[in-house]
Amino acid sequence: MIPAQFEYLAPTTVPEAVALLGQHADAKVLSGGQSLITVMKFRLAMPPLIIDINGIPDLNYIREQDGWLRIGALVRESDIDESTLVRDQYPLLHDTSRVVADPLVRNLATLAGNLAHADPANDHPATMLAYRALVAATGPQGTRTIKIDDFFVGLFETALTHEEIVTEVRVPVPTPRSGGAYLKLERKVGDFATVGVAVQLNLDAGSRVQQIGIGLTNVGVTAIRARRSEDLLRGKAIDERLIAQAGQLAAEDCAPSADLRGSEEYKRNMVRVLTMRALNRALDRTKAQEKERHQ
Amino acid sequence: MTQKITVNLNGADTTAEVEPRLLLVHFIREVANLTGTHVGCDTTSCGACTVLLDGKAVKSCTLFAVQANGRKLMTVEGLAQDGKLHPIQEGFHEKHGLQCGFCTPGMMMTAYALLRKNKAPTDDDIRWAIAGNLCRCTGYVNIVEAVKYAADKMSEPAAAGGAA
Repeated sequence: MIPAQFEYLAPTTVPEAVALLGQHADAKVLSGGQSLITVMKFRLAMPPLIIDINGIPDLNYIREQDGWLRIGALVRESDIDESTLVRDQYPLLHDTSRVVADPLVRNLATLAGNLAHADPANDHPATMLAYRALVAATGPQGTRTIKIDDFFVGLFETALTHEEIVTEVRVPVPTPRSGGAYLKLERKVGDFATVGVAVQLNLDAGSRVQQIGIGLTNVGVTAIRARRSEDLLRGKAIDERLIAQAGQLAAEDCAPSADLRGSEEYKRNMVRVLTMRALNRALDRTKAQEKERHQ
Repeated sequence: MTQKITVNLNGADTTAEVEPRLLLVHFIREVANLTGTHVGCDTTSCGACTVLLDGKAVKSCTLFAVQANGRKLMTVEGLAQDGKLHPIQEGFHEKHGLQCGFCTPGMMMTAYALLRKNKAPTDDDIRWAIAGNLCRCTGYVNIVEAVKYAADKMSEPAAAGGAA
């Protein structure tokens, strides 16, 4: 499949790239390209101008700073997978990057692009909802941060203006006694999630849930926050009964549509089951981390 | 409108005028005339088009040739040296790692990238690494054996080979 013709420019600074976006209303930004090039081949997108940001230096970093894990726009999924900082401190993010598409795609695909593409079937949106992340977007007026809850506006639609580029994703540095997990049900490696569930939580000194985030993948027009499940668990010491209730609420609050991956009923039930399992795994990890601290 | 690109392809610079929309796999097959790299699904699923871009295994059907400008590209034709099969190629031969052979170039490039990072991969490591390469003859068992054969061969002291 051959994409439609386009002009190709590779600016070397963010301001240059932003200026180009300002000059061309239908231009698209190319980072990992693993979604964009595919939709261009299907001619679902026919941008007249491609702005390749891969040659912009200083967008490839993963570092903790001022209470946030900062991930630059050109960080690939494979970089996240191989980061010992992420593996040790951000198990939810590590889980997620390891199940995006397949290893070859992950060598190019970026976290920032995964969010900017705003496909509800992508894995990171739910994870970033669970983390309560921030998206840093740079436009003609400089850089602003967008709360993840305000970022996904609709199907393939974000709060970004046409002239803005996602330059950084920020994940809060986890507090002590915290843990997370991402579980994805997929028919085979490389497929989009039938259902995915992201959980991030932390416990207070009395082992009650202090803060919790639960995000759901591919069961709505955007990734969904399982708000009632979060509200149920916040402030409580989690037990099996509460976990079962939280799973049930998530199943009720999602909005899956039937497709080749399953019926609506099946997907709701899988949301219920995976929510329970992700909660259990997040709790197990929280406890394991605590044990390590005391040793 | 075309753009001039220079790609270091298997060690030699290749320069061409290409349209920006030319996919990297078509550049390799139709401009550089190296047809070992295959087009399978053409939708980023099968991995038959896998090549190494600056040492990383990527699907060349989902990159534009202009993105490879100034970079190093290695295809299956870059494996054998001086008429001698690379241990990975030898492994696929010895262990019957192919039936129809369509996925083989991609499998070998992914294996090459794996073995550069992990000299002694377990079965699980290999299966994880080739998860983006599909073999529709379902010959995965022998493919894993072939990669292990190559790993063993490459870790032999003599494997450096060639020079005195």
